[in-house]
Amino acid sequence: MFKSLGTPPPLPRWAEVLLLPLINIAVAFLACAVVIWALGENPREVLWTLFQGPFLYPGNLGYTLYYATNFIFTGLAVAVAFHAKLFNIGGEGQVTLGGLGVGLLVMSLGPTLPAILMVPMVILVSAAFGALWALIPGYLQAYRGSHIVITTIMFNFIASAIMVSLLSGPMMQPGQMSPQTPPFPSNAVLHKTHDVLHWLGFDQVANSPMNLSFFVALLALVGTWMLIWRTRLGYEIRGIGNNPDAAHYAGIRVPRIVLLTMAISGALAGMMALNEVAGAQQRVILNFSGQYGFVGIAVALIGRNHPVGILLASLLFGALYQGGTEIDFNYQSITREMVTLIQGLIILFSGALYYMFDPWLARILALILPRKANPEGGPS
Amino acid sequence: MNEMIMPFILTLDATLRLASPLMLCAMAGIFAERSGIVDISLEGKLLSGAFVAAAVTTASGSVWVGLGAAMIATMSLSALHGFATITHRGDQVVSGLAINMLAMGLTIVVGHAVYGRGGQTPALTNDLRFSPNTLWLSDMLKDVPLLGPIYSELLSGHNLLVYLALISVPATAFILYRTRFGLRLRAVGEVPEAVDTAGISVFWLRYRALILGGLLCGIAGAYLSVALGAGFAREMSAGKGYIALAAVIFGNWRPFRALGACLMFGFLESLSTRLEGVELPLVGELPTQLMLALPYVLTVLLLAGFIGRPTPPAAIGQPYIK
Repeated sequence: MFKSLGTPPPLPRWAEVLLLPLINIAVAFLACAVVIWALGENPREVLWTLFQGPFLYPGNLGYTLYYATNFIFTGLAVAVAFHAKLFNIGGEGQVTLGGLGVGLLVMSLGPTLPAILMVPMVILVSAAFGALWALIPGYLQAYRGSHIVITTIMFNFIASAIMVSLLSGPMMQPGQMSPQTPPFPSNAVLHKTHDVLHWLGFDQVANSPMNLSFFVALLALVGTWMLIWRTRLGYEIRGIGNNPDAAHYAGIRVPRIVLLTMAISGALAGMMALNEVAGAQQRVILNFSGQYGFVGIAVALIGRNHPVGILLASLLFGALYQGGTEIDFNYQSITREMVTLIQGLIILFSGALYYMFDPWLARILALILPRKANPEGGPS
Repeated sequence: MNEMIMPFILTLDATLRLASPLMLCAMAGIFAERSGIVDISLEGKLLSGAFVAAAVTTASGSVWVGLGAAMIATMSLSALHGFATITHRGDQVVSGLAINMLAMGLTIVVGHAVYGRGGQTPALTNDLRFSPNTLWLSDMLKDVPLLGPIYSELLSGHNLLVYLALISVPATAFILYRTRFGLRLRAVGEVPEAVDTAGISVFWLRYRALILGGLLCGIAGAYLSVALGAGFAREMSAGKGYIALAAVIFGNWRPFRALGACLMFGFLESLSTRLEGVELPLVGELPTQLMLALPYVLTVLLLAGFIGRPTPPAAIGQPYIK
């Protein structure tokens, strides 16, 4: 079918970065609308509620940014690994370990240290534990030849088993039946944004679980951009992603870069625990990782592995999550898991079926756009 | 004597029950992966199979219709996986992940819309399930020492789908190693270029492998919701698809070894439920949660080359470009 049409012209850069993701998202929503329609609801109304989510009530915007914080961390984690052509699908486990690390630190040190020392340590430990949990699969891939996709999947389950046994055993709050740690002392928490704003004199701000880790996430966005495009390590990461053999002959030590990439990726995922554990809940509760590690893959795919794209995709997904809660309130028959469905569709269309729209879009654009002179001079 | 071995027999009996869906999914995984397609969507197919089986059985009043519908649903998901990864050469892991999320979202959303109560299908009565079958002569042989309980407790008294799961293993081995289709299937996972040069369609072979796997996942899903259980509950597959994938790798992509892995994983699970909260002499209470993670730990160790060397199909994960 494609052969008869010839190879499609290359897609212009703006179309690849902007238009194609938008088309993918639109198709995903269209498919979702069909499901809603089949369930007997009005797709336009439901989807409109979903999009209005962040703006319906005061505080909703805070919720949106709170969800977005999780997506920024896990999305960046997936993206950094993607740049080295490594598929880290173990974000879920790395998040879990990050949270467990924070819990262990806080429970062993208690309220002794001042916040100015404790909070940086919390941040470092979340990153270190996440990094460790990604480092092992990285090591096994680099030096023992096992495939990172399978190992990271297995590590997700191992992490969750460790979490369950620790939270229902040594780390459990005494006298409690639910698997969770005691609440953290105030020296170890990242404060809620509304508390900080109230303290600064903005009394109108509504309460939400959004906390200072949002700003850590923004720093991580900038840091990742610097790392990938402005440092030697970033160059080497992209190098082994583009062509490991060429990278090897250029003197890049590939196994070492695989290790470092996975460590950075895991550290970013682990830092998601800052938002959930140190910020929103201020204790470790079971399953706080809440599938965000997996959704990070969708975020990275939509954001085309670029920090700006990841920020936008995180805001979109944050809004969808908030919208999901509104759907729970407003509709009897539709639940918030609608959002999981949409995410699945987005991963399908913008990830697995990426090449489905690409050639057609390129042909259509080639028809619409004015032809440029062919620089190679060959037949076009 | 028969009383003494009864606890062991009952643990093995539970092993067989827990290993059955793993076997079916593992055979599905072997078909897919031996043809060169990574299939992490086993989990999603298992889940949707379970949902469709329970929902259609409730609606139609026939467990057979439910089983058939489950197989059709999972085969369609397989076809979708094939469409993305074979026809459009998309990333196989990404496609599998998408299918898993689709399955999770769809089963909850549709279940909630149709049944309310958090997406649970109504409880099925015994005549709407695959109920236990007593094998021929099992009552008569019960009192024979040793072999009696093995036959009448361990082998007899399971539902039809358990036996189907047990048959699926030699059947898979037969198809893979004794038929022309199986030979081509193995070839397409190793050197697809050679198969293509011989004038056989790589695409169509891989599609057939995936769809065959989908069929087996459908049976496994039905097993969860209309044989072992009596209705669908959200996220009821609970990672079993991934354990089956681990069993495929652990079994080095071979049916009988994968069966061994499934039985071992099933045994660990039944042991951990049996030992939960039990104080053992010398060692005390075992961390049963960590025992449940053992399949994953073992698979990681195997993959890392610490126990043997895995030999995955050579062309796995690579889309074929003609």
